[in-house]
Amino acid sequence: MTAVTANHICKRYGKIQALSDVSLEIGEGDIFGLIGPDGAGKTTLIRILATLLVPDEGTASVCGFDVVKDYARIRNKVGYMPGRFSLYQDLTVEENLTFFASVFHATVEENYDLIKDIYQQIEPFRKRRAGALSGGMKQKLALCCALIHEPSVLFLDEPTTGVDPVSRKEFWNMLKRLKLHGISILVSTPYMDEASLCDRIALIQNGKFLQTDTPQNIVKGFDSELWSVKSDTMSKLLADLRFNKNVRSSFAFGDAHHVAFKKDGYNNRDLSEYLEGLGHTNVYIQKIEPSVEDCFMRLSGNSIL
Amino acid sequence: MISNVQIPEERVIVAHDLTKKFGSFTAVDHISFEVGKGEIFGFLGANGAGKTTAMRMLCGLSKQTSGEARVAGYDIARESEKIKRCIGYMSQKFAMYEDLKVWENIRLYAGIYGVPEKEIAPRTDELLQRLGFEAEKQTLVKSLPLGWKQKLAFSVAIFHEPKIVFLDEPTGGVDPATRRQFWELIYQAADRGITVFVTTHYMDEAEYCNRVSIMVDGSIQALDSPGNLKRQMGATSMDDVFHRLARTAKRIEQ
Repeated sequence: MTAVTANHICKRYGKIQALSDVSLEIGEGDIFGLIGPDGAGKTTLIRILATLLVPDEGTASVCGFDVVKDYARIRNKVGYMPGRFSLYQDLTVEENLTFFASVFHATVEENYDLIKDIYQQIEPFRKRRAGALSGGMKQKLALCCALIHEPSVLFLDEPTTGVDPVSRKEFWNMLKRLKLHGISILVSTPYMDEASLCDRIALIQNGKFLQTDTPQNIVKGFDSELWSVKSDTMSKLLADLRFNKNVRSSFAFGDAHHVAFKKDGYNNRDLSEYLEGLGHTNVYIQKIEPSVEDCFMRLSGNSIL
Repeated sequence: MISNVQIPEERVIVAHDLTKKFGSFTAVDHISFEVGKGEIFGFLGANGAGKTTAMRMLCGLSKQTSGEARVAGYDIARESEKIKRCIGYMSQKFAMYEDLKVWENIRLYAGIYGVPEKEIAPRTDELLQRLGFEAEKQTLVKSLPLGWKQKLAFSVAIFHEPKIVFLDEPTGGVDPATRRQFWELIYQAADRGITVFVTTHYMDEAEYCNRVSIMVDGSIQALDSPGNLKRQMGATSMDDVFHRLARTAKRIEQ
């Protein structure tokens, strides 16, 4: 059985088409990543699935229940962590957790097992008001509160935005442990490097899915060879690459530029000759596997620059 | 082989043993570093490592507990008003007034920073043309896509040609293509001699900096070019360097 299904969802706010014809399926116990920049429509889709917004067109179901007709039944079965911290700032850590449990007629004790790993990290501060916690602690508390009624599906809206790389890794380790409990997770993120940690992903921009698949298949679907190119003068290198008519796309990617060629006849030796002819030293060209970020740029049609 | 990185001779930031305590908590612990004119300096660290506190002191918004620093030649404790005049600042959270039009935002900031009245209008047109935003002159900032907002906000932050611009996570949530265009604007500014002091959680962006510092528990644990840091630590990427250093953090989040 699928945990979440959405068919041809559309949502409009006045003149802005927030979502157009979006469909997805999330298998039970899967981590599904909604990957895209701010304003792409990630929050709108999550809010529709969490029964907080009604779609203009299309249907969706969560745990077998329709998001419009059976919204009340869905709410007992899902946990939702919004992008903005939305617990009670004036209640303590402990009070927040007890409150959220009681709303769902649950107790902290009966579901403690599920949150134990995470809660132990904030337990030393259980008497502290939630508003006085650091960002990382707030995030952990919010996750505990979203889990305390033992939901089947968890909706996490940008849980790692603004979080440093080390804490982001910790957060993803927590998600992997929740997956072992059989919880299905829909998580949105603007960080493309988190895509590889999901079972399946949708790349989203301007309210449309560019592609939905496993991260491995998305990378496999990249429709050309990709080269990593370096020289001693990286900014001149980028300009010279763009000036080359055989280059289809070239852009900075960390310590190298990623380059794709227009036609098959042109190869790395041709490029090496071209660059050395322009005075580049220590030219280094190597074929690489594209990343999800490379795929995102290619699919969104922004790969020329 | 580790080569010494040439720092431009003219120093625009010089910090010596800069320290900030909040009660018994030492947020910034004796940090010392120098940044040269036109450098792109990446200021990295985990959440809670003390980056924001350090940045607030350098901008003249918070007084140090001990130590000293000069920014653009001025003492941060005694001459903070002079510092504010010759720096620019932008963050992901606050950049521009959403309910003002594009040109009104530029007009407002230019006025605050004392750009001569006669120059504002022509320079506004020139800026919008360079960004390809001419058609958006009369648009309310709130209706621009995030990536455009951030590019515009950066351009506004350097409209008065400051000596240094401080950027606090400027590209958070921005799409990958626009993120790269944003960095091209940073390069152009640095080429004009504006020093760029930038924080980011994207480790590929750390690679674009001339030098980066990495703060752990209030102190600077590493400071060098990305290339040298990777060689010193035998790491393959800045992400790798960051994880190795930040994992040594002992400080329990308060």
